[in-house]
Amino acid sequence: MSKTLFDKIWDAHVVTKLDDGSVLVYVDRLFLHERTGGVALTSLREDGRSVRNPTHVFATMDHIVDTFPGRGDTTLVPGGELFIKTMRKTANDAGITLFDIGNPRHGITHLISAEQAITLPGLIVACPDSHTCTLGALGAIGWGIGTSDCEHALATETLRAMKPNQLRVRFDGSLGNGVTAKDMILHLIGRHGASGGAGHAVEFCGQAVAELDMDARFTLCNMAVEFAAFTGLIAPDEKTFAYIANRAYAPRGEMFERCKASWRNLRSDPEAAFDREIAIDGADIAPTITWGTSPQHAIAIDGKVPERDELADDDARADLDQALDYMGLEPGQSLLGLPVDGAFIGSCTNSRLSDLRAAARLLAGRKVAAGIRAICTPGSQHVKDAAEAEGIAKVFVDAGFEWREPGCSLCFHAGGEGFGPGERVISSTNRNFRGRQGRQTRTHLASPATVAAAAIAGCITDARELKPI
Amino acid sequence: MNAFDRHSGICAPIRIDNVDTDQIIPSREMKHVSKHGLGEGLFANWRYRYEGHTRTGANEEFVLNQPAYAGATILLSGRNFGCGSSREHAVWALHDFGIKVIIAESFGRIFMNNCARNGLLAIELPAADIDRLQQQTNASPQTRTVLVDLTECRVHAPDGDVFEFTVSESDRHMLLGGLDYIDYTLKFASDIERFVAADRRRRPWAYL
Ligand code: SF4
Repeated sequence: MSKTLFDKIWDAHVVTKLDDGSVLVYVDRLFLHERTGGVALTSLREDGRSVRNPTHVFATMDHIVDTFPGRGDTTLVPGGELFIKTMRKTANDAGITLFDIGNPRHGITHLISAEQAITLPGLIVACPDSHTCTLGALGAIGWGIGTSDCEHALATETLRAMKPNQLRVRFDGSLGNGVTAKDMILHLIGRHGASGGAGHAVEFCGQAVAELDMDARFTLCNMAVEFAAFTGLIAPDEKTFAYIANRAYAPRGEMFERCKASWRNLRSDPEAAFDREIAIDGADIAPTITWGTSPQHAIAIDGKVPERDELADDDARADLDQALDYMGLEPGQSLLGLPVDGAFIGSCTNSRLSDLRAAARLLAGRKVAAGIRAICTPGSQHVKDAAEAEGIAKVFVDAGFEWREPGCSLCFHAGGEGFGPGERVISSTNRNFRGRQGRQTRTHLASPATVAAAAIAGCITDARELKPI
Repeated sequence: MNAFDRHSGICAPIRIDNVDTDQIIPSREMKHVSKHGLGEGLFANWRYRYEGHTRTGANEEFVLNQPAYAGATILLSGRNFGCGSSREHAVWALHDFGIKVIIAESFGRIFMNNCARNGLLAIELPAADIDRLQQQTNASPQTRTVLVDLTECRVHAPDGDVFEFTVSESDRHMLLGGLDYIDYTLKFASDIERFVAADRRRRPWAYL
């Protein structure tokens, strides 16, 4: 029988079918972080249970630690230090590998899980964080779960679930100049809505996806959850294998050859049936930016905020009114030239080396406009070290960016920081929800290049018109 | 966990789409390394007034602060309720505040799972049905209560309308029995062991 990529991975992990139609699915890796990891491990212990296989469980500190240079365990988050210390203690007690602050392998969970090859093609990896779908870029199933399910996975190495439906999103042709994976996913969500993928695992494929480098594939899969998808994934190819080779937990030598032979089967069979299909022409995608308070409020950088009469119904008009009221914008308005107060490059969406390189190409020889708070938080220590070694860090600092320690940072006022009320921020992150980056802060999501261009110009601008000096 | 079979309560409408978990509980309100005591931070951005980042008092306009809705245990909302961050704190905060049932057009997937794990019932109904529940309760929320019956999967509106709903059999089973999720799975421990032993031979690279 023909199978999709998702079927192949899922079916190989089914431990047993349960009476109610759900299945018990084996989970290969579990990644914890200090926001909920300590709570889960403490609660597990209070219930008299233990971690079934600690060698498959990893932990990091990213959600609560602050990202100021020279940081320690203290953070601006009320009570935050206790979360950090509890994570450390409970991980050690349970025999779990912890990538603590200062460890050269420390960073945002979804980055380091890939960087260390803890996630491999064909694996099911779970984490109590909704952006675990990022790891689907490796041809794995990245599964975001809540804390109760996390305890369940710790105690049983399994999760209980119904198999989701499946949706294939094909990006045909090549992307235009200056168009990135971030623009692809914002374009998709803008077209098909923030609940467009609900109930579905989404396989991304097509020429434009095949042409993306690995960093960009992570960006694409990262925002599958903003599309309400169960997860997002991409069939592994030679680029994937080259990415994995020689990383810390990667299989070596003959075993790696055996893996590759097996992983080459991780692709949807030509006849495999999907519940839904979406096709998008890569050439139709422009650099994309959000104007409102949901990722579906996305338009081309030179487009306009919708007019009320362009919308289908009263609900959509009410949604528009509320979003524009929050964002301080008008229907039909262009975003080009709109002054910004802050610029942020970071998060599990866009904080990898190629993201920083794309921004640095524009920042080199230029300065951030007066009065703008510009911050760059590399996603992992590995990225930070590499960026410092190749001179990118200096480009950011010389341009007037703050250069931070790795972590979630201003993606969601992690570390207790936020932008100010009413401030307009252009951000390489994944959520423009009300209050996400600070109380009453207005967030515009875009690619790192668009963020860098706005930081230099002091206002939202088309990065394609800014040539590297 | 307490079993859930029937619940009759006061309905409060928050009829907007995409109420995300950052709204249900902002991250700065997730102060405890515990699942308890989070009700105070529920809907904090809407429930309280602020000057800068400092709370200055209650926002009387917010539905849960209005005397008419005091003691509400059922929320009515729109599409994609509980989307966004996977924080289970959102469910713990609702639970701690006293919410038992959320009726919406659709839910974020992780949020919906989290509800069942914590004894909350998340019900999907079409917008028109939710409209009717709201119309029939709004005039006098304290007396015009709604009965949710999980044994029959029905919602009874005050004027006698009955709306049928479906929930996953697995969630229904767990809720009705007040069962512990992990204990249930541990009954299959030998299946898990057998799976692992066979899988280790099939995919040796997956085992560290
Ligand atoms: S960077 Fe942002 S979206 Fe990613 S895991 Fe951290 S808080 Fe979540």
